[in-house]
Amino acid sequence: MKRLDALEAVYPHLEQRIVVTIMGAVAAELQSLGHRPNFFYLQHAMGLASSMGLGIALSKPDRQVVVFDGDGSVLMNLGGLTTLARYRPRNLVHVVFDNESLLSVGGFPTATATGSDLAGIAAAAGVPRTVTVTTLEAFRSAFDDALAAGDLTTIVAKVEAVGPSGYVTDLSLLENRFQFQRYLRS
Amino acid sequence: MSPVSTANSGAIYHALKGCGIRLLSALPETWLVHLIRMAEDDPEMTLVRLAKEEEGVGISAGAHLAGVKSAMLMQNHGLLASINGIVSCAQLYHLPLLMLVSYRGEFGERDPWQTEGGGVTEDLLRALRIPFSYLDRPDHVTSRIAKAQTLAHSANKPVALLLCRDLMWEDA
Repeated sequence: MKRLDALEAVYPHLEQRIVVTIMGAVAAELQSLGHRPNFFYLQHAMGLASSMGLGIALSKPDRQVVVFDGDGSVLMNLGGLTTLARYRPRNLVHVVFDNESLLSVGGFPTATATGSDLAGIAAAAGVPRTVTVTTLEAFRSAFDDALAAGDLTTIVAKVEAVGPSGYVTDLSLLENRFQFQRYLRS
Repeated sequence: MSPVSTANSGAIYHALKGCGIRLLSALPETWLVHLIRMAEDDPEMTLVRLAKEEEGVGISAGAHLAGVKSAMLMQNHGLLASINGIVSCAQLYHLPLLMLVSYRGEFGERDPWQTEGGGVTEDLLRALRIPFSYLDRPDHVTSRIAKAQTLAHSANKPVALLLCRDLMWEDA
């Protein structure tokens, strides 16, 4: 499965939801499908996208929040999974695109390449719903189920280690930040 | 009984509430015990207990964008553990972040393991260009917390208040 295809498959579901992504390929590919004011791209601070998602989910309990994370980022903040599980925001869907590598900095393998199981780690941390998917159809179905379940879910989507040719887009970080804030508060 | 000052912890907590803070993220440390218990007992406050302090930077960022005022409670070693989040999230994205940092390892510190962090705290804050002040007497607690929060929001940047031994510890 390609990450871009996975994003495209669920894009219609994102239009009315709050979306936070990590940096790099995820941010660039989601923007290539069409930026929206309800999308925020955390272009650095690896590991904190899920923490931001938690802060938003706790502050906006009546809205669904989707976080698009990655294996490299999650591995930098494994403790954050325990915090997510502890507060169990039922309005948060946590997608981890696992390409088993740090793609944007040369493709060196992460620990998931040698067997570390992020869905297993999330489950052991206490996340109530976890699943690993390897096909586009399974991803689409797991995402639909998570939205319908109304409970904290971590979906680990195994994707190919391919991405866009570049990561810098014409959306400035601060433009994104203030537009997103205005959206969340309106 | 713990020599951590209940009265001064209460003054800090009420000042935070008075500023409209409704979410506190915290990692326990001795000087913060009363503050954390007060947050825990307060139905108007969302307390987020962290595994590591840097998570709190992301949580406060999300809360701010969503319109909820927040603050972080941590030890100065937690500040050390949060640096990348402070630089690459709060500062990069011009986000206000009110940090209450217990200033361990300063004059009077008895725990040898706290002393190295005490020595680097202020230089670190200066290197990060984080405005900071001290909470070391009860009479200025309310106004300094309010002013720190005002600056954090007008400047859209992290601001630190160092919780000092003279305020937090009764047998100092």
